[in-house]
Amino acid sequence: MAMTLTEKILARAAGQRVVGPGDNVWVEVDILLTHDVCGPGTIGVFQREFGKMAKVWDPSKVVIIPDHYIFTADEKAHRNVDTLRDFATYQKLAYFYDPGTPTYKGVCHVALPQTGHVRPGEVIFGTDSHTCTHGALGAFATGIGNTDAGFIMGAGKLLIKVPKTMRFTVNGTVPPYLMGKDIILKIIGDIGFDGASYCAMEFTGSAIRQLSIEERMTICNMAIEAGAKNGIIEPDEITFEYVKAHTSKPFEAVYGDADAPVESERTYEASTLEPCVAEPHVPSNFALARERNDVKLDRSYIGSCTGGKITDFLAAARILKGHKVAIPTFLVPATVEVAEDIIKSEIDGKSLIEIFAEAGCEDIAPPSCAACLGGPEDTFGRTSGTEAVISTTNRNFPGRMGSKQSRIYLASPLTAAASAIRGRITDPREFM
Amino acid sequence: MKTIQGTVYVVRDDIDTDQIIPAQYLNLVPTIPEEYAKLGSYALCGLPDGYPPFVKPGALTADYPILIAGRNFGCGSSREHAPVCLGAAGVKAVVAESYARIFFRNCVSTGELYPFETPIRLCDVFKTGDRAEIDVGGAHLTNCTTGKTYSIKELGAVAPVVEAGGIFAYARKSGIIK
Repeated sequence: MAMTLTEKILARAAGQRVVGPGDNVWVEVDILLTHDVCGPGTIGVFQREFGKMAKVWDPSKVVIIPDHYIFTADEKAHRNVDTLRDFATYQKLAYFYDPGTPTYKGVCHVALPQTGHVRPGEVIFGTDSHTCTHGALGAFATGIGNTDAGFIMGAGKLLIKVPKTMRFTVNGTVPPYLMGKDIILKIIGDIGFDGASYCAMEFTGSAIRQLSIEERMTICNMAIEAGAKNGIIEPDEITFEYVKAHTSKPFEAVYGDADAPVESERTYEASTLEPCVAEPHVPSNFALARERNDVKLDRSYIGSCTGGKITDFLAAARILKGHKVAIPTFLVPATVEVAEDIIKSEIDGKSLIEIFAEAGCEDIAPPSCAACLGGPEDTFGRTSGTEAVISTTNRNFPGRMGSKQSRIYLASPLTAAASAIRGRITDPREFM
Repeated sequence: MKTIQGTVYVVRDDIDTDQIIPAQYLNLVPTIPEEYAKLGSYALCGLPDGYPPFVKPGALTADYPILIAGRNFGCGSSREHAPVCLGAAGVKAVVAESYARIFFRNCVSTGELYPFETPIRLCDVFKTGDRAEIDVGGAHLTNCTTGKTYSIKELGAVAPVVEAGGIFAYARKSGIIK
């Protein structure tokens, strides 16, 4: 029987020749990812259920990347990182990226592929809804709660339902003003905030194949914003080049069957898509940037797992070069590697650091989730009043960045940068 | 089979996990008993202005064992703090038109509350403060204030898992694990 990419990966992980949508199967887990916000609770469940001294099923497959509440004075946040550190030491975990040490990475969904833990064809579960990011490298990846994660810690497997696949084909050439963020916001706008509930969102087509891994990650990252179980892109040469540059571990790529039945299909032409925003307070609240020039802004924010990669900062710098921002502009690289790349990267002989400084951006913050999800009150960039923020993050829920009264407009880094210059929502083509 | 009775609290569509439990409280760890209780005190405190407080200031639990919601309840984050804070606040069941996938699963795996679905848009016909009774086995919900009864979808294999107190408790009770 013909199977989609997601079905094929799950069939292999379940040790079955065939699986179909709706089948409940036990799958073997390749990587369990957790962080400081859900890790301590997961460890609590694991120890309660398997025993205080129990050992995890495989210490090389539990990856802990603290990232949420790192640069804060909050005592419980520090206690939680201490809990992770003690656990990692006792369990002899091979991969614990410890804050305050040279192993610290930053935002888990950018760090996970950068540290070589994402490989095509594998099954990744994480205690974070944006774990779906890793489908960008041809893996099955989805978010789970602490209890399921505690089960995996002890058993190395999980019972899951095989999702139906919704296929999104984006054809044509990606114009220079269009980014992965614009593509996924358009799709979510079309199908709705719960338009892919319980489904796999598979992205394909010539435009998707032109995108870098980072841009593909932006798209898969936001599959959850349509309620999807996973987002996924078939691996290709761009994938293999990225993966091989980050790990020497072997992997076996999986490809879907061309004749596999899917739940639905939608096709887009990249050249007809335009820079856009998602208006408050749901990511499906689509609007074209050029039709929202009247929206005045108080702040621009570039960061997070979906919008804080080096490609995002390069895009922002392309727009900001030679201009001044009109509103406070916050830059939060997702990981230490991104922060280092910002220092190393240049546009026309000028470093990104110089471009951002000359544009009048705030000093670049240390890598973490920062204000993407509000967090403790001393979190960098957190909103505290009625701010209107244009942000490269993935959620614009009420109170998401801190204050319930603030309004968040989601956008690509090109649009966030152009809007920072004008102080109102601006189509980046005005500066290209 | 059991019934769940009490006062209802009504919310509308797309109630996300940041509204259920704002991120600043995610420093609390659900498996630590005093922090579990504290999570209850913050349940639904992220709802926009205009909603009455779900938990009264100074209280640890709410007066509403039943939540009525519209579409896509629990969308957003995978934070298990979301069903946990509702359970800690004394919520026994949510009756919604639909759920976000991870929230639904977290309700079941933790056993914190019953996630009932209904094809009827109950958030338009119930008011916060109405008295209601859910017949868990009979799969219906009665508004005791108006006297009207509504059908809800049967939870099937999910119900005994919640009843047992979550996936681990159920697996032990039924002999799946020791």
